[in-house]
Amino acid sequence: MSLWAWVAVACVVGYATKLLGHLVPSTWLDDPRVARIAGTLTIGLLASLTVANAVSTGQQLVLDARLGALVAAAVALWLRAPFLVVVVVGALAAAGLRMLGLP
Amino acid sequence: MLVDLLRSPGARVGASVAVATGLYGVSFGALAVASGLDLWQTCALSLVLFSGGSQFAFVGVVAGGGAGAAAASAAALLGVRNAVYGMQIAALLRPRGWRRLAAAHVTIDESLATSTGQVDPVEQRRGFWVAGVGVFVLWNLFTLVGALTGEALGDPRRWGLDGAAVAAFLGLLWPRLRTREAGAVAVACALATVLVVPVVPPGLPVIVAAVVAVGAGLLAARRAGAVPPGGAAGLEPDVTPDDATGGSGGGAADEPGHDASGRRERDDEGQEAR
Repeated sequence: MSLWAWVAVACVVGYATKLLGHLVPSTWLDDPRVARIAGTLTIGLLASLTVANAVSTGQQLVLDARLGALVAAAVALWLRAPFLVVVVVGALAAAGLRMLGLP
Repeated sequence: MLVDLLRSPGARVGASVAVATGLYGVSFGALAVASGLDLWQTCALSLVLFSGGSQFAFVGVVAGGGAGAAAASAAALLGVRNAVYGMQIAALLRPRGWRRLAAAHVTIDESLATSTGQVDPVEQRRGFWVAGVGVFVLWNLFTLVGALTGEALGDPRRWGLDGAAVAAFLGLLWPRLRTREAGAVAVACALATVLVVPVVPPGLPVIVAAVVAVGAGLLAARRAGAVPPGGAAGLEPDVTPDDATGGSGGGAADEPGHDASGRRERDDEGQEAR
């Protein structure tokens, strides 16, 4: 399937998930597992995506300028910088480290 | 009517959230074209998928060389929390007819946070719609700006856009790490990712991490039997409408926090994570 098809799949599934929430009885929320799993799933996926984008290239683990971006972003977040500033700090750190000769 | 809205605390909070969140559509647009999506695919994700976390997940997997199926799966899994938000909005506002379909589309972190941050039912409704529709309009506008900028920039690595993607994911994760247990889930899933990267195709490590996360969620739910109601672990994606009425005075100062939680800290607004 082409990338376009997967974009379409992601779009349809994304909307269907939201609509499903609006249509199922709200008593489902009484089951603590529903909220717990939705919460840990969000945290786990974001942690995984952070690390995967920082240290992997294809199937290889690579340490390069992106790790510097991760550290710089963490410092910015710790200093309570807003989201957009954090993203710019990450880009500047990676671009700066590459100018200094890191891969 | 307009004067009502200008004076409405729910609408004012919603508008400020919409501006702060909409602006970072720029980063999504730029990262999406840097990862190899074209302008139309980028805009389609913001228009129809319309859930920041899922959108970043899709382009993050594609950027790492993952298959389209893995990208769509990661996006779908990250969107699961929106179903829980949908249940809460349905219980809170009871939209009917076409409004129900529209409400589902703008059910995101920010609209839920704005709504549940208000006490008065009228303000809850206004907050939800102003934040939801406001973010939708600005997010799409700035996605287009970012995508056009990204196309003009050329080589994404030279501009550090791969570093920007890492920062974006950490920025989405950070405000959710309020408790030790949330941190433990994050560390476990990050470790699982690093361990399986060399042995499974690109894109799949994220799915492996999702399995670990579900296991952790089931474990936490079992342990929660001994924990007081209200979830001391802080792992829920959000408070239920009943909980949310406790914390807010309904003033414009009640800026919603990033991950739609009633227990958010008040002093780090502007990092709404979707």
